[in-house]
Amino acid sequence: MSLDVKDIPASEAGDLGGIDHGKSGIRVLKNNIATVLIWAAFLIALIPLVWILWTVLSKGLSTILTVTWWQKDQSGVGAPGFDTNVRGARHAIIGTLEIAAATSVIAIPIAVMTAIYLVEYGRGKLARGVSFMVDILSGVPSIVAGLFIYAVWVTFFGWKLNAFCSSLALVLLMVPVVCRSTEEMLKLVPNELREASYALGVPKWKTIVKVVLPTSFSGIVTGSLLGFARVAGETAPLLILAQYTQFLNYNLFSGNMAALPTLINVNVPNMAGDQVSADRVWGAACTLILLVLVINLLGRLIGRLTRVKS
Amino acid sequence: MGKRIDVKDLNVFYGDFKAVEGVSMTVEPRSVTAFIGPSGCGKSTFLRTLNRMHEVIPGGHVQGKVMLDDEDLYAPGVDPVAVRRTVGMVFQRPNPFPTMSIRDNVIAGLRLNGVKNKKVLDQKVEESLQGANLWNEVKDRLNKPGAGLSGGQQQRLCIARAIAVEPQVLLMDEPCSALDPISTLAIEDLIGKLKEQYTIVIVTHNMQQAARVSDKTAFFNLEATGKPGNLIEMDDTQQIFNNPSKKATEDYISGRFG
Amino acid sequence: MSSSTGASLSDELPDPDGRPPLRGDDANTGRAGDKVFGGLAIGSGIVVIAMVVLIAIFLLFQAIPAIGDDKVNFLTSREWNVSGRRFGILQMLWTTVVTSVVALIIAVPFAVAIALFLTHYAPRWLAGPAATVIDLLAAVPSIVYGLWGVIIVAPKSEGLQNWLSDVLGWFPLFAKVPSVGGGTTMFLVSIVLAIMVLPIVTALTREVFSQAPAAHQEAALALGATKWEMIRTAVLPFGKPGIISASMLGLGRALGETVAVLYILSALPDSSKWTWSLFNGGDTFAAKIANSASEFTGGTSTGAYIAAGLVLFILTFVVNAVARVVIERRKAFSE
Ligand SMILES: Nc1ncnc2c1ncn2[C@@H]1O[C@H](COP(=O)(O)OP(=O)(O)O)[C@@H](O)[C@H]1O
Ligand SMILES: [Mg+2]
Repeated sequence: MSLDVKDIPASEAGDLGGIDHGKSGIRVLKNNIATVLIWAAFLIALIPLVWILWTVLSKGLSTILTVTWWQKDQSGVGAPGFDTNVRGARHAIIGTLEIAAATSVIAIPIAVMTAIYLVEYGRGKLARGVSFMVDILSGVPSIVAGLFIYAVWVTFFGWKLNAFCSSLALVLLMVPVVCRSTEEMLKLVPNELREASYALGVPKWKTIVKVVLPTSFSGIVTGSLLGFARVAGETAPLLILAQYTQFLNYNLFSGNMAALPTLINVNVPNMAGDQVSADRVWGAACTLILLVLVINLLGRLIGRLTRVKS
Repeated sequence: MGKRIDVKDLNVFYGDFKAVEGVSMTVEPRSVTAFIGPSGCGKSTFLRTLNRMHEVIPGGHVQGKVMLDDEDLYAPGVDPVAVRRTVGMVFQRPNPFPTMSIRDNVIAGLRLNGVKNKKVLDQKVEESLQGANLWNEVKDRLNKPGAGLSGGQQQRLCIARAIAVEPQVLLMDEPCSALDPISTLAIEDLIGKLKEQYTIVIVTHNMQQAARVSDKTAFFNLEATGKPGNLIEMDDTQQIFNNPSKKATEDYISGRFG
Repeated sequence: MSSSTGASLSDELPDPDGRPPLRGDDANTGRAGDKVFGGLAIGSGIVVIAMVVLIAIFLLFQAIPAIGDDKVNFLTSREWNVSGRRFGILQMLWTTVVTSVVALIIAVPFAVAIALFLTHYAPRWLAGPAATVIDLLAAVPSIVYGLWGVIIVAPKSEGLQNWLSDVLGWFPLFAKVPSVGGGTTMFLVSIVLAIMVLPIVTALTREVFSQAPAAHQEAALALGATKWEMIRTAVLPFGKPGIISASMLGLGRALGETVAVLYILSALPDSSKWTWSLFNGGDTFAAKIANSASEFTGGTSTGAYIAAGLVLFILTFVVNAVARVVIERRKAFSE
């Protein structure tokens, strides 16, 4: 944008021209009211963010600053009200990371290849259809994604649920996020670089892999991290698909596996009368929000620092 | 080295739009041929058909024949990728790969085509940069990013990159139009040297440049916007600038165009 | 290809002449590679289409038998008694749509104002960080919104909600609902949903505002318009389609939100009376499904929830498709 309207202080902009004396009074007043309201809207929007962070940190930070929180699982828990031991969330942290990692392993290649199709190959009806479906997929509610996997896995095939089912449902949510951000990045790669490569007698696929992708690499990493953060914090499909366990389990494909959202969900019903359950809930919420925010900010930072200057 | 180009009755299209019509010409090996003409008359379009680069534009296709010595570029079974290794191209805006060092830029074509031998590659880096009159300026910073060079150096880097794959023909589309006069002179010097080895075709908007560097000059024109461009005449550069046979050419050269 | 003897290029390139032949065999020139890679790219695109199609097919085919088994009208009944084979979606539809629409009514003015703030009002050093902070609202997991909403905000907002229903209770939307206490109402859900969709609506609106033609803005200022007048004449009209489609995307997100609603909203007893009030409890589609995973015992009982999921899917599909059409139309305009 060449126009620096935003640099003109509101009052000055209101005086522009200075000839029109009728401007004073009601018009300037309106202008000032608008300025105040717009600033206020932004400041009001900060309230929930600060409030949420304050709530979660003030109630959960002391829990997650203990070593046991990171080292122990919840094995040996007693009945609510009798158990005096918060124990750890290692099983849920590992579970969340593993499920999100498995999701990424499946979703990122599909998403990146789909973005490559849309930017480098796609023409005509099929491309428009794919692009439309990416939009639709990004609007599919996470609970519907979970329900769909349930309908396929359990109702249709009659298989037993495992942690991998959660990953599959999350794939549906991650693909559109990563695909759209990759698409944006690929579009930023100047066509001249592709032409330079073609003119050297480099085939199209190598041009994409060796020239286009490296040029947009940091953007793709950013998109993937944002996608990872989104699915790591996602709860709804897990409520249908994940079977909570208090034990640490590394195996995605057999046995139950905990995740931070399900650890929260299991303890929520007891938290009103039981401080230990409440500590577990806020500890897990605190861990989850920090995990998600850190990955999210890391992604943005990578995107900002390594952007190729053109 | 350096092959002859023979074009016969070439029409070029973007989808249904005919951008260039009925071009026939012969480009002698190891010579410099300049294309001149007003903007939009199809010089770039035609130039790109000489290494099938127009095919990367959706809808771009040709009718007619382009022969490289005795090989038909458009015969069925000819791979455009192989054509482009034989007929290299340099673009208007210098476009080194931003993720690669100077060294990697020079050997990008070889690397991407599967050459791995380090000795070969190192030798090729020096040879190509020497060939592009750039070696002395960059030999101490081969591992720095190519994007850090000045515009003129970047353009010579792109030329080094193009000649590293050992093409027969080098196409240049307004290679100096984004450069300052000193850098332009350096490229013109380089063209004079390169023509000992390569067949060179250069598009330029700069008449003096055409007069300085080329052996032959081809003048393109178009009757009106929306009409296809044509080759008006092609002759020895001396002849075109001093005694053109067509009125349109004379008008254009003397600035009385349009 | 990778001989390491000698330093001559001709060893490395496929042709003894040091140059690949024009009439290349496939492997040399990468045609095979192009086919494989291009195939993978198209294949991935097709996988994406297949995902959506499969969601529709699986939900549809498992919903149909259950709906056929239903003893009451699936669309118009308020009952939800799966084991008794009597289930209808009306109550859920109402709760889902009303909370989402109210959320949008709250969120859109804020989003527009914040988008204007980010594009036209914030000092340059603040615009970037401010945009990130708004985006972070979208990164907060919805289960955290749910916890915060039900444990912190609900009790604090109860007084305000009671006051509202005292003052505005004559209007059906704000009627008092004595059976729902503790502030865990559709009203609060709408507010939390508004916060959750705010970043989505803001992001797209901001993008559109930042593309408003500078020439028009300059022209308006040059005519002596105040900054606000300039925005009203040269920015807001330009951004209108963007605001509409951003709102639709936000609506889609609100319709499908699960955990925050599940945690905050009081469930209604089976035989509760119908009321138009926002101070009622209830269930949205998503919350109901998530809350009832234990009732997925196969056959009609699972099918009933899948049918509810199908309705939600169709709802969000339509909303998102409309958003997309609006955006495309604008693109066609500005090109
Ligand atoms: N990518 C393209 N798609 C469609 N038409 C094009 C494209 N590039 C150029 N043209 C058209 O082809 C004609 C010739 O353009 P060009 O070859 O760039 O001319 P010149 O290089 O002589 O200025 C023009 O009418 C131009 O609009
Ligand atoms: Mg041109």
